[in-house]
Amino acid sequence: MTAAQWLLVLAWAGVTLYALLGGADFGGGFWDMLAGGTRRGLRQRRLIEHSIGPVWEANHVWLIFVLVLFWTCFPTVFASVASTLYVPLTLIALGIIARGAAFAFRKASTELWQLRLFGGAFALSSVLTPFFLGTVAGGVASGRVPEGLARGDLLTSWWNPTSVLAGLLAVGTTAYLAAVYLTGDARRSHDHALAEVFRRRGLIIAVITGAVTLGGILVLRDDAPRLYAGLTGRALPVVVISALGGIASLVLLFVRRYTLARVTAALAVAAVLWGWALAQYPLLLPPDVTVARAAAEPPVLHATLVSVIVGMILLVPSLLWLFSLFQREHEPDGGVTRTS
Amino acid sequence: MPDMLAVAATPADLMAAREQMALSLGWHIILACFGVGMPALTVFAEWRGLRTGNDDYVRLAHRWAKVMGVLFAVGAVSGTILSFEMGLLWPGLMATYGQVMGLPFALEGFAFFIEAIFLGIYLYAWDRLPPRRHVLTGLPVCVAGVASAFFVVTANAWMNQPRGFDLVNGTVTHVRPWAAIFNPAMPLQTLHMILAAFMVAGFGIASVYAVGMLRGRRDRYHRLGFLVPFVVAAVVTPFQIFVGDNLARHLASHQPPKLAAIEGLNHTGSHVPISIGGLYLDGRMRYAVRIPNGLSLLVGYRPSTVVRGLDTVPPRDRPPVNPVHLSFQAMVAIGFGLLVLGAWLALSWWRRRDLPRSPWFLRFTAVSGVASVIALETGWVTTEVGRQPWIVWQHQRTADAVNPAPGLWAGLVAVLAVYIVLTVTTAYVLNRLRASPVGAPQEGWAEEYAP
Repeated sequence: MTAAQWLLVLAWAGVTLYALLGGADFGGGFWDMLAGGTRRGLRQRRLIEHSIGPVWEANHVWLIFVLVLFWTCFPTVFASVASTLYVPLTLIALGIIARGAAFAFRKASTELWQLRLFGGAFALSSVLTPFFLGTVAGGVASGRVPEGLARGDLLTSWWNPTSVLAGLLAVGTTAYLAAVYLTGDARRSHDHALAEVFRRRGLIIAVITGAVTLGGILVLRDDAPRLYAGLTGRALPVVVISALGGIASLVLLFVRRYTLARVTAALAVAAVLWGWALAQYPLLLPPDVTVARAAAEPPVLHATLVSVIVGMILLVPSLLWLFSLFQREHEPDGGVTRTS
Repeated sequence: MPDMLAVAATPADLMAAREQMALSLGWHIILACFGVGMPALTVFAEWRGLRTGNDDYVRLAHRWAKVMGVLFAVGAVSGTILSFEMGLLWPGLMATYGQVMGLPFALEGFAFFIEAIFLGIYLYAWDRLPPRRHVLTGLPVCVAGVASAFFVVTANAWMNQPRGFDLVNGTVTHVRPWAAIFNPAMPLQTLHMILAAFMVAGFGIASVYAVGMLRGRRDRYHRLGFLVPFVVAAVVTPFQIFVGDNLARHLASHQPPKLAAIEGLNHTGSHVPISIGGLYLDGRMRYAVRIPNGLSLLVGYRPSTVVRGLDTVPPRDRPPVNPVHLSFQAMVAIGFGLLVLGAWLALSWWRRRDLPRSPWFLRFTAVSGVASVIALETGWVTTEVGRQPWIVWQHQRTADAVNPAPGLWAGLVAVLAVYIVLTVTTAYVLNRLRASPVGAPQEGWAEEYAP
C-alpha cells in the first residue's frame, strides 16, 4: 500500500470512530429530546448526561482529526467539498457550536427554565447536525461534488434524494447506537426500568431505520447508479455484514444481551461506512478524482503518517483509560470504585 | 486539472468572509487563552490545597475547574468552526497550500485530543481517583494546551513567512513540511501567543476577584483567588514585552511592510523617528508624537539604522495603515500599563508584604482582564491586517483564496447571530457560576436537581 492509501484508511477509521462515538453522543441528544416532560424525563436525561458528559469532547475531536487529515493529504478534495457543500457544512458548524455549548451550559445550570432552554438547544442541534452530516456524505457519494472551487450546485449538491436518505440514516443510526449504549449504561447503574425504556426505544428506531434503509436501496438505484453498482458489486460482502450485524444487534437487544448488542450495532454502522468506501474506491470525488491524483506530495504524506503513528501511541492508551474509567461501576458517596 | 483559484467572489463576499473569519477567530482566541492558561492555575491550586491542607485552595480549584469545563467546551466547539471555515471560506488557500501548512494542524489535532481526554478525566474523575493521581491527570491538560497553541500559531507564522515548498509555473512542488513548520516567524510568534495566553487567563481571573475584593469580600479565599493568577500574569508581562520587542525587530528584517504599517512609515531611510499615537491621513502620519531616531534605535540600536518603509512595495501590496498602527499602539500601551500594575504589587509586597493600600490598585486590576483581552485582539489585528493583502505572504492574495460561491454574506449573518447569542449566554452562565455555591466540578444539575 502507498502512504496515501494508508492515510486514507486512517482517515476513514477516524470517520468510523466519529460515527460510533461522536454519533452516539448526537443520538443521546435525540433521546434527550424525546425523553418527555421535565419530571418524567429526568432519569433518562440524567443517564444521558452521565454517559456522554466525560467523553463527548474527546469523541468530537475525531471530526477535527478527519478534517485535518483530508486537508493535509488530499487538499483539493477538501477544498472542493468545503466550497461546494458550503451550506450544509456551515449548518453543521453552527449545530456543533449549539450542541456543545448548550450541553456545557446545561451542566452548569440548576434552574428549571435554564435546563429546559439549554436542553432543548442541545437536543435539537443533536438531531440536525447528523442530518446535515449525512447530506454531505450523500452529496459526495452520489458524485455531486466536482473537483474545483464551488463548481457543484450550491443547493442540489446536498439537497437530493441520496443526501436526504443519508441524512435520515445518520439520524436513525446515531439514535440507535445511543439507545443500545444507554441500555447497557442503565443496567450497569442497576436501573432496570430505565434499561427497559431504552431497549424499547432502540427496537423501535431499529425497525424504522431498517425500513428507511430498504427503501433507500430503491432511491440509490435511481439517484446514484454508480454507488448502487458498487454497493451491490464489489462491496456486497461488507453490505451483507452490515445487514447481518444490524439484525443480530436487534435480536440481541430483544433478548437483553446488551453488551453483545453494542458490539454488533457498532459493527453494522462501521460496515456501512466501509462498504461505501469500498464501493467508491479508488475514487474520492466521483467520477474521476482518484486517491493517487488527489494525494499530496510524498514528503507530506510521509511526515503526516509518522506524526499520526506517534500521535496514536500517545492517544490510544489515554482514550482507553478515559473509557475504562467511566465504564466502571461507581459509588459516588463511598468513593469506592470497583470493576464489574 | 481544473483551476483551483478563486476568481468569482465579489468584494462584498470577500469582506464578509474576512469579517466572519475575524469574528470567529477573535472569539475563539479568548477561550483558547483560558484553555492554555487556566489548567495550570487550577492544577497549582489543587496541588497547594493538597500539600497545605488549606481548604481555600481546594475551593478555588473546584471553582476554576467548573469554569474551565464551560470555557473548554465552548472553546472546543468554537475552534471546530475555525477548521470548517478554513475550507468554507478559504478553499483557495487549502487547495493550493493545504499540504504545506497541514502538518502543524495534524499535530495540533493530537494535542487537542490529549487535552480533551485528560480534561474529561480531570473534571469528571475528581472523586474516582486518589487525590495525588488526580492532580497528575491535570498535567497533560496543561502541556497539551500549550502544545496546541504552539502548533496553531506555527501555521499562522507560516502564513507570514511561507517556507518549505517551491513554486514552479504557479504550482506548489517539492513540499518540505518540516521546513514549513520551522519557518523564521515561528519561534517568536508562538512564544508571544503562549505568554499572551497566560496573561489573559491570569489577569482575567484576577480581575474577577479584584471586583469581589472591591465589594468588601477580602477573606483569604478571595485574596488567594486574586493573588495566584495575578502573580503569574504579572511575572509573564516583562518577558512578553521583551519577546514583543524582538518580534518587531524580526518584522524589520523579514516582513518590512508590516512594520512600516505599524509605524505609518512611508519612506525608507535612516534616523527614523518612532510615532506614538496619531492617524494616517492623506497618505502620511499626522498628529503623532515623534521621538527622534526612535525606530532606528529600536530596530538596530543606532540612529543610522535604515528602516524600510511602505515604499519598498507597490501600493497594491501595502496593508491598510490605520488599523495596524492603532491596534499596535493599543497593544503596547496596555502591555506597559500591565507592567506597571505588576510592579506596583511587587513594590508594595517588598515593603510590607501586602497588597497596595490604594483602592486604585484593585480598580485597575478589575479592568486588567478586559484590557489584556483588548491587547490580545489588537495584537491579532496587527499581525493579520498587517499581512494583507496577502493570505500567504507574497504568494497568495486573500482575494484569490476566498470561496467563489455566492452569498457568503448570509453565512456571516448567521455566524454573527449565533455568536451574539453565544456571547450573551456564556457571560450569563459564567456569572451564575460566580454566584453559585462551590461544589466539586463533576457535579451538575444531574446530581443536584430533582423537581
